[in-house]
Amino acid sequence: MAAPHPQDWLRVTPAGLFCEPGGFFIDPTRAVDRAVISHGHSDHARPGHAHVLATRETLAIMTARMGEGRAGATQQALRCGDALDVNGVRVWLRPAGHVLGSAQVCMEWRGSRAVVSGDYKRQADPTATGFEVEPCDLFVTEATFALPVFRHPPPEAEMARLLRSVALFPERTHVVGCYSLGKCQRLIAMLRQAGWDRPIHLHGAHQALCRTYEELGVPLGPLRPATVAKKDELKGAIVLAPPGAVADRWARRLAEPVVAVASGWMRVRQRAKQGGVELPLVISDHADWDELLATCTEVQAPEVWVTHGREDALIHALAQRGIKGRALHLVGLGEEEEDIPAEEPAA
Amino acid sequence: MSLPAFAELLERLVFTPGRNAKLALLRQWFADQPDPERGIGLAALTEELTFSAAKPAMIREIVAARTDPELWRMSYDYVGDLAETVALIWRPRAGVNAPPPLLSEVVEALETTPKAEIPAVLAGWLDTLDAGARLALIKLVTGGLRVGVSARLARVALAEWSGVAVEEIEEVWHGVAPPYASLFQWLSGQAPRPDPREAPVFRPLMLAHPLEETDIAALRAEDWRAEWKWDGIRVQLTAGPGGRKLFSRGGEDISAAFPEILAAMEFHAVLDGELLVMRGEEVAPFADLQQRLNRKSVTARMLKEHPAAVRLYDILIDGEEDLRPLPFDARRARLEAWHGRVAPARMDVSPLVAFDSLDALARLRDGARAASIEGLMLKRGDAPYVAGRVKGLWWKWKRDPLTVDAVLMYAQRGHGKRSSFYSDYTFGVWREDGELVPIGKAYSGYTDEELAWLDRWIRNNTINRFGPVREVDRGIVFEVAFDAAQLSSRHKSGVALRFPRIARIRRDKPVEEADRLETVLALVENHPR
Repeated sequence: MAAPHPQDWLRVTPAGLFCEPGGFFIDPTRAVDRAVISHGHSDHARPGHAHVLATRETLAIMTARMGEGRAGATQQALRCGDALDVNGVRVWLRPAGHVLGSAQVCMEWRGSRAVVSGDYKRQADPTATGFEVEPCDLFVTEATFALPVFRHPPPEAEMARLLRSVALFPERTHVVGCYSLGKCQRLIAMLRQAGWDRPIHLHGAHQALCRTYEELGVPLGPLRPATVAKKDELKGAIVLAPPGAVADRWARRLAEPVVAVASGWMRVRQRAKQGGVELPLVISDHADWDELLATCTEVQAPEVWVTHGREDALIHALAQRGIKGRALHLVGLGEEEEDIPAEEPAA
Repeated sequence: MSLPAFAELLERLVFTPGRNAKLALLRQWFADQPDPERGIGLAALTEELTFSAAKPAMIREIVAARTDPELWRMSYDYVGDLAETVALIWRPRAGVNAPPPLLSEVVEALETTPKAEIPAVLAGWLDTLDAGARLALIKLVTGGLRVGVSARLARVALAEWSGVAVEEIEEVWHGVAPPYASLFQWLSGQAPRPDPREAPVFRPLMLAHPLEETDIAALRAEDWRAEWKWDGIRVQLTAGPGGRKLFSRGGEDISAAFPEILAAMEFHAVLDGELLVMRGEEVAPFADLQQRLNRKSVTARMLKEHPAAVRLYDILIDGEEDLRPLPFDARRARLEAWHGRVAPARMDVSPLVAFDSLDALARLRDGARAASIEGLMLKRGDAPYVAGRVKGLWWKWKRDPLTVDAVLMYAQRGHGKRSSFYSDYTFGVWREDGELVPIGKAYSGYTDEELAWLDRWIRNNTINRFGPVREVDRGIVFEVAFDAAQLSSRHKSGVALRFPRIARIRRDKPVEEADRLETVLALVENHPR
């Protein structure tokens, strides 16, 4: 008997992707009974599920962000490479390279294999295990940066630009807007790799997750709260803060700040200018155009579903490669990742 | 190194709002780059050096040959800018490992390559560059860098980098040309100062300090000469065998915008004066002159409807003779004699204002309400013509400002240090039908404490947002000071203010009691007759 088509057992519901025979959702956007979570970003990991399955790191991050008890009434950790049987569905995780603990959710039912990528990247990241290719019949991908104008430059080169700017303006504070989970810790680790061993100052919103990362075994070096630091101490310092804070009132405490933002969106000038960014750094935790196409090809799936992002361009390009694409239009994904300085910080 | 380094400089300049930061970036460029790269970069930034080797359509064709049309369309839609879309979407051919071109190589090739071969040359360069450098190259070859670096800013950066006074650099500036090798050699102490010979160069202007009430008591009437301060733009006219030029106060060459003045410069001299639009004997309001400024060329209609003239203040050089060391009185006599002898078209001499005491002069100042007059200039009779703003030799004594009580309507965030503050304010007055109509915008005059207070108030009283602009509840009355009110078809209210600034926040005044439009219109001086 031929293996079933993935659409026979993996359905799109208002709450998100649902594995029917397994009875669980993947990254559901509302509270459900059983959820498998790809990574800790709030658009993928929502509070209030009864049972949560994820990597140990993702569970720890969820608990740190949501509070004890809200990150799944019962939590089950699954190591990458280990497999479970859930009502006849084989379930296992493979690293996605997006943030610490991020994993692709791999499922096989009656010989039909589907892989849900969550968010992912192929660039190296000292804080996240690198993406691993899992060949499959159906690959479910993100498409945040699915336009050929998005090609992320080597992150080391962007980091070098930041450090050149720090050398050129030693009297000023460089404040880098970055998302608090993943990007912040990746930047810190990259700064350490580049030889920056001075204390790095953090906005209050970034401190808790840095502690979580360190508890999970990711060393970040000396960190200091930016909020209580004296202005003089911040001269020549690097401060990390949420994108919403870097060009607003919070930043007034800094010494003549050079406003930088680290995001894949910084690739487009107009986007960077909008936020009053003085030093745009193109550093992203998402796959760029080339990585998306390469990944969709390497997994050898005849069919690719696109959860969120610029699905039209990706589906067009996949068709040219003989791969059938389908846009899922999953509502609620991609919301946490809007890391452009906002007019006002969202609280 | 060079083109990617230039691209990084460009990108930082584009995103950097602060003047000091821009200067630091330029200084570093001058220090790090070899000749001729630094000079070519300088010329490209100030748009002394522009190319039209490639039109946007050509760039479009080059990229179309390599790009899927659907993906191009979606990308262009998203990015919105042709040059940037091309720079981002360009996919270097596999296996290209040629080094990126030097800026000088690009410039030389653009000048010598036959037009038909330019697309292939461009594509070859694009293959060697990253996205930022590709954008710089495309902007460069299509002639549109637009990075907001004026020649003046560049000269200040050169001065800071070299330690040579900016006035000295200004004197040679118009006598040197890209890639400025002789300039850089002089500034780095390796060669004598370039000799402009007869080239029409700019001589830095002598500037005045504002006269404060406390300064007046120390002045003795007999030491001082008075002139009207005309409301145009200060210019320097330089003409001789080497050519003719009209310079703005900061040394920008504005000759192209005023061909009628250039045509009238049939002499060998350097003069200081005020550029005005004049109809017969009458000086038109500043708004008319504004129509003529910042143009690369000018239409016959403009020349007819907004004819320019120069009211002369001073003579710096007569023929070969440098008069700047002479005292004002002697120069003034030379100016009058020169004007009588040469009688140039479109130029008259700004008259001296007779007075016997400073009190009498103060009364004259207060009485002068013509829109064309900003106030008085006081010049020491024995002062030589010295570059810059030397205190105690020249004073500007502006007439007291007019004021109006207006209601804050919209606020916008400032730039640089003020980027976290709502610091730019649009204010309005009441029209007869009870509607508030905007009459101007101001972003100065308040203290830091007032700014912080206004910022808080604006955030708490926003009723609408339009991109970076917030509309606020009617609740703040400003006393707005300004130099003149003029009719304007550009504003909904029909009136425009000259130099508006916030004089006071009238926390005591209810908004209903702010001024009415009729009150402002009564202050207008260019009523049509």
